[in-house]
Amino acid sequence: MAKLESTFKNMVLSLTAITLVAAAGLAAVYMVTKAQIDAQKEAAQNAAKIEVLNGQEGTAIECSADGFGGPIRLMVGFAANGDILGYKVLEHQETPGLGSHIAEWFQEGGKGNIIGMNPGKNNMTVSKDGGEVDAITAATISSRAFLKAIHNAYGQFCEQNGNAVATDSVACYTGASMPKDSAECVMHHCCSEGKEVNHE
Amino acid sequence: MNNALKTLTNGILKENPTFGLVLGMCPTLATTSSAVNGMSMGLATMFVLICSNIVISLLKNVIPDKVRIPAFIVVIATFVSILQLLMQAYVPAIYATLGLFIPLIVVNCIVLGRAEAFACKNSVGLSAIDGLGMGLGFTLSLTLIGAVRELLGTGCIFGAHLFDGQYGALIFVLAPGAFICLGYIMALVQKLMKK
Repeated sequence: MAKLESTFKNMVLSLTAITLVAAAGLAAVYMVTKAQIDAQKEAAQNAAKIEVLNGQEGTAIECSADGFGGPIRLMVGFAANGDILGYKVLEHQETPGLGSHIAEWFQEGGKGNIIGMNPGKNNMTVSKDGGEVDAITAATISSRAFLKAIHNAYGQFCEQNGNAVATDSVACYTGASMPKDSAECVMHHCCSEGKEVNHE
Repeated sequence: MNNALKTLTNGILKENPTFGLVLGMCPTLATTSSAVNGMSMGLATMFVLICSNIVISLLKNVIPDKVRIPAFIVVIATFVSILQLLMQAYVPAIYATLGLFIPLIVVNCIVLGRAEAFACKNSVGLSAIDGLGMGLGFTLSLTLIGAVRELLGTGCIFGAHLFDGQYGALIFVLAPGAFICLGYIMALVQKLMKK
């Protein structure tokens, strides 16, 4: 078959046909993979919930703050009194080898361990800012952003649990001092199996 | 058969996309912070290269010359989107680290370059082999650069510790290290090829 001439009609027909087929193909793949993608997302979230609660009763809160390369999205588990049970980084764009250490640096056994701390009682800022948490070497911005996300989550936690926590911790956030970004947080009331019992 | 073999090795050695043609530098520099990232990016690009080469070779007679670039881009972008959906559904762990760079494959000059320089002039079989060869060349190059950067920067290769990460020079994991490693490895490869 000879090559089609570049007449106006041929060009329109050819491009239209190609884009139509491409669109149909994409739609088909989208429909086939959609269920699987949703399932993966949900599985990842449920796994994160169970992980951050560390087998204990508590509340898992999803929260974010702006980091060095983009938003840092965390899932944080709180005990009823506001102690941090665990955390998991769901999404980040920090520098590999530097800021990317947020995934393990602040875990139990890491150099900047925050597990067991309580944002209401402990001064959870980096030591450079006078706080109790050791920042990741050469990644202070990421560390600050990470702690901000933790505080945002805690703000959300306090707003939901109100007075119950305020009596227990010294400086629970009230409406005025709430970090602005906490509006971005998502609450997951759940038991240790990760099943939601009371979704707000 | 000889021709097929020549086409295959052409992409890996003589016209290696990274060290020979010096195409697709953006993903090369951006995704090679570790060996596994470089390799995944290479494999993803290889998938798109093979598919787009086959389809463009099949369509070469029904695409009028004057609209060939938009037609090629539509074909390539479709395969990239398909790849993105498939990765999201079946390998979410890799998608989590590479997701950001997958859409960039659309504008990777190596894919469009092979469509323009090879697939629209050759048979379907040869085009597929060209895609495979170029993809392998790209994957090998990216894995090599990634491995060097990961080793110098963090003391690991493919996540396996060779020495304490404390002694790694972090600059190699960061952007300047990408340029430094690429330059030195390219010079070395050129010297070896000349012999």
